[in-house]
Amino acid sequence: MRYVAAKSAEEASNFLLQETGVSRVLAGGTDVLVQMKSGMIEPDLIVDIKKIPGIRNITELDGFFRIGAAVSGSEVKDHENINKMLPGVVEALDLIGSTQIQGRCTMVGNLCNASPAADSVPALVAVNAKVNIIGPQGERSCNVEEIPIAPGKTSLKKGEFIVSVDIPYRPEFSSDAYLRFTPRTEMDIAVVSASVAIEMSKEGICENAKVVLGAVAPTVKIVGDASKEIVGTKLDESSLKKMSLKCVEICEPISDKRGTVEFRTEVAGVLASRAAKIAYKRAGF
Amino acid sequence: MSQVHIKTKINGDNIEFLCDPEETLLDILRDKLHLTGTKEGCGTGDCGACSITLDGKLVCSCLVLGAEADNSEISTIEGMSNGEKLHPLQQKFLDHAALQCGVCTPGILVAAKSLLEKNPDPTESEVRYWLAGNLCRCTGYDKIIKAVLDAAKEMRS
Amino acid sequence: MSPLDNTYEKQFKVIGTRPPRPDGIEKVTGKAQYGADLYVPDMLYAKILRSPHPHAKIISIDTSEAEKLDGVKAVVTSKDFSKFSDNKPSDTLVNCIAHEKALYDGHCVAAVAALSNTIAKSALKLINVEYEILPHVTDVDEAMKTDSPIVNKGYVLENVPKGFSENVTSYYEFGHGDLDNGFNNADLIVERTFKTEAAHQGYIEPHACLASMTPDGKADLWCCTQGHYNVRALCADIMGMESSQLRVTPSEIGGGFGGKTTIFIEPIALALSLKSGKPVKLVMTRDEVFKATGPTVSSSMDVKIGMTKDGVITAGEANLRYQGGAFPNGTVEMGAQSAFAAYDLKAVRTKGWNVLTNRPKQAAYRAPGAPQAIYAVESVVDELCQKLNLDPLEIRIKNAAKKGTKSSYGPTFDDIGLIATLEAAKKHPHYLAPLEENQGRGLSCGFWFNFGGDTCVTLNVNFDGTIGVTEGNPDIGGSRASISQMAAEELGISYDKVRTIIADTNSLGHNEVTDGSRVTFAVGLATIKAARAAIKEMCKRVSLIWGIDEDAVRWENGSAIPAGPNAGQFDPMSIEEIAAMSSQTGGPIAGHHEVNAEGAGVSFGVHLADVEVDKETGSTKVLRYTVFQDAGKAIHPSYVEGQMQGGAVQGIGWALNEEYIYGEDGRLQNAGFLDYRIPVASDLPMIEPVILEIPNPGHPYGVRGVGETSIVPPLAAINNAVSRATNIRFSELPLSPPKVLSSLKKEINDG
Ligand code: FES
Ligand code: FES
Repeated sequence: MRYVAAKSAEEASNFLLQETGVSRVLAGGTDVLVQMKSGMIEPDLIVDIKKIPGIRNITELDGFFRIGAAVSGSEVKDHENINKMLPGVVEALDLIGSTQIQGRCTMVGNLCNASPAADSVPALVAVNAKVNIIGPQGERSCNVEEIPIAPGKTSLKKGEFIVSVDIPYRPEFSSDAYLRFTPRTEMDIAVVSASVAIEMSKEGICENAKVVLGAVAPTVKIVGDASKEIVGTKLDESSLKKMSLKCVEICEPISDKRGTVEFRTEVAGVLASRAAKIAYKRAGF
Repeated sequence: MSQVHIKTKINGDNIEFLCDPEETLLDILRDKLHLTGTKEGCGTGDCGACSITLDGKLVCSCLVLGAEADNSEISTIEGMSNGEKLHPLQQKFLDHAALQCGVCTPGILVAAKSLLEKNPDPTESEVRYWLAGNLCRCTGYDKIIKAVLDAAKEMRS
Repeated sequence: MSPLDNTYEKQFKVIGTRPPRPDGIEKVTGKAQYGADLYVPDMLYAKILRSPHPHAKIISIDTSEAEKLDGVKAVVTSKDFSKFSDNKPSDTLVNCIAHEKALYDGHCVAAVAALSNTIAKSALKLINVEYEILPHVTDVDEAMKTDSPIVNKGYVLENVPKGFSENVTSYYEFGHGDLDNGFNNADLIVERTFKTEAAHQGYIEPHACLASMTPDGKADLWCCTQGHYNVRALCADIMGMESSQLRVTPSEIGGGFGGKTTIFIEPIALALSLKSGKPVKLVMTRDEVFKATGPTVSSSMDVKIGMTKDGVITAGEANLRYQGGAFPNGTVEMGAQSAFAAYDLKAVRTKGWNVLTNRPKQAAYRAPGAPQAIYAVESVVDELCQKLNLDPLEIRIKNAAKKGTKSSYGPTFDDIGLIATLEAAKKHPHYLAPLEENQGRGLSCGFWFNFGGDTCVTLNVNFDGTIGVTEGNPDIGGSRASISQMAAEELGISYDKVRTIIADTNSLGHNEVTDGSRVTFAVGLATIKAARAAIKEMCKRVSLIWGIDEDAVRWENGSAIPAGPNAGQFDPMSIEEIAAMSSQTGGPIAGHHEVNAEGAGVSFGVHLADVEVDKETGSTKVLRYTVFQDAGKAIHPSYVEGQMQGGAVQGIGWALNEEYIYGEDGRLQNAGFLDYRIPVASDLPMIEPVILEIPNPGHPYGVRGVGETSIVPPLAAINNAVSRATNIRFSELPLSPPKVLSSLKKEINDG
């Protein structure tokens, strides 16, 4: 194996493009190193992107936050404005592994690991986050949900890697929440998860909503029908119940050592409804 | 396989080493530098026994490549006491019998120290969540939590 | 006075205090050396190749490519061991390295020693093993069926009843009285089938050793173990060595809980060292620890208990089926003995069957065999109480075993603390604290035999009057402190004048493993006796100095004094003075004691657990937990509490989330701390320990072992709490959320 620390995004892309064997991008390393240890992957080349200028910065631009690909979960968590505006995203990051892991893991890493159970993905999708990609063809961007295409697989092409995530600022009276189910309180992988982002009117009527589920399908599920059930309501029990049913309907999970089909399906609805309630409260109602 | 030349500062001392690209920082600390206070309980980030701080941040050294540590500052359990003088956390762990076998202890002390630097007055629940990545199989955590809270109290006064 | 010269009525000075442990500073500064922490010059690193198949015949192993790799110094397979002995390879050896068949996923088939871990790992990939895959079985009930694949032939004992497959290797039966009559007298009978999955001890330190063996058959071995004398005996046998030629030095040990009472890697390291001519270090990865060390048995059990409407248990019956992996073991015997130990019964019968499966050979885990059986019994007792609307604590007191009870496994109990422990629980505010919706309180008793066994202690009186105690049991949770306390107490000196160390195998006679909750009891007993021997010698020396009869000198508060007014007028001679003169009075002074300690004294505990169940997700949160346990006499109360808290939390983990998960393919699916979920700090409340002290007549200070009983009650305490919170009776562990939720759903659907 070779290890290189890229000095620029272009250089990193080039390293990845040139490598004929297996290559991996290294930011936080909390997935890559585990996979190496367990023998799941044996990379020929590791490209460390942490030395790329700017890649560890959070910037507040016109209308959105730009979070560099090597910004760790705990750095996002410590960012005051992100905390205020995107509590759901922050709580998703806060659930990835231990304090130790949060000091290293990144949102982009979580995304590119392409696990159906990734915590940050439903939360990012719910708030319409986009990613910026650099590759041999130059720069491009796309929605977060376009990146994972199957468990362990991304849509990134050879030589491409993500340099940053953009999260739009949230309007007034809006909020989000992320919940996951795990048998332990910490140090666990989501058996099923739900993220709900809502935008409310001053009067407390839901104007816009996005309900996203994790670990109920090979990739993250955006439940458009569920959102519809709560738009125009005050998130009363009966609309939440309907929303929750729509979530249950869309689930197509698997049974494995972490949970059964029945469990994931049932609990997806429960979590979505609980997350919606939390978001509602956070939006000030 | 060519080795990588790395310069670091460990517990205040300038230290250089050569490492295989796939070697973790934990491997280096233990096998190359013989700083064996940092333990390996799992090698996959699930137990916290290998906790150190890297540029001031609490991390699992089993999830850091040795090669990544170039130009970094590292603190391990070996750097926690000041000569003869134990850190208050170390003393409180002894006073409260917060260790049985003691193999989790170095990692927990390093993690707890980093908590108290960030939050000098944590609640019981904050301590429990901060230390959730540090497994202890012997104590049931009870005495560990008490020792950390007691050390925090002493350090505040 | 009894022959033990018991002194537990007296006022203690050192016993019962909480001094700092002698190994504390090393452990909080990172200096303490555990199994993997030793590095010696010219040392090699070893790695093990493991079978990916749960059951497969090994047709051939080609190691030639691996041997050619630069930096590889030795490769071994089972063939390398045949030259050490003409006998059929022992189960222990075959478990350490597969011979004809790989018997479980993760079974070692070959090993490499090389200049670095990286090279050793690469070499493993160059070893070519040809397997013939055989059908496998991992479930206990399946393995008993006559059409099951046979795991390992030739182990069936004669007394095993007919009608099972050859995997059923042994059978046990205990009990007394007329069961039919007992059940006829009952107003209510509850009968249920229970299942528990295997749990792992989950010690944080993986197995590790460093071996150095020379061609003349001498070897040094450093390893983390609960019993280095046992390591020596097992390794010497495998390597065809004489015991005296193998010196085993125990490292500090990072947890064991029974799992480090045997060997897994030590012979491999010795063989690699012999072959390479260099010291070899072998450290397991966590994945290897889960796959190829000794988890507990898994069980399938039927329990039937009858009760009158005023709460008298009229009869109890339990049938236990335990699988403990691919080799026979006797754990089910202990399960069958302990199942009803907490009760005074007229009619009781327990039966146990041991079953082989394609899983790793089980090892001890705190009170091996008891948690499963007692979980089943205590769950049924609770259900009877609930159905008959009786207070579960009162009913346990009513039926409790006491002094003079003929136990369900034969012997008649001496002084035992069960009723006192139950009374303490009844008086505790926890028992009557209010509960809210979706919350439940569970209660369970627990029991363990406790052991004594072979023990040697030497106590040296140094020339300055300080004391060096040498003992042979690895210190797993502060025992050096309690041993020093007992020496200091007996000698009448202060704790800091004593230093206790753990010797290698050449420095003392045989010591039984640190198991059976025996160390504070048996090593403590031998230490007290050794101290008494030293005192006797010191009194003799003083009698020479004073020119009086030996019997005319007495020991008090660390000094020799004249025994009475007739002995003469002499100023007391302190231990320092006696020691300083010892060279002139006959030479250095020491006391020692070698014994096969008996009278360990059984131990009982009672646990109270409050839980809350989230009915929408099936998840259980432990809200409050109190442990009541009889310690006989708590030498160092902090470490007694630690045993009670630690065991309780291990039991909570076992009850809620911990389990071995095997796939259809017979492979272990959760060989890591991520998916084998031991409790983390944020999962738990404080665990309140309440120590009771009902002296054990078998120990001079009244000590009972405390290490094991604490893991026994949590399984049923949690099960009963969850059952009461949900009003559904559960009978399978762990109570993982999918299981609980599906029962809750079923209950709703069934109306
Ligand atoms: S060894 Fe690094 S977390 Fe366990
Ligand atoms: S004291 Fe043994 S693991 Fe914590």
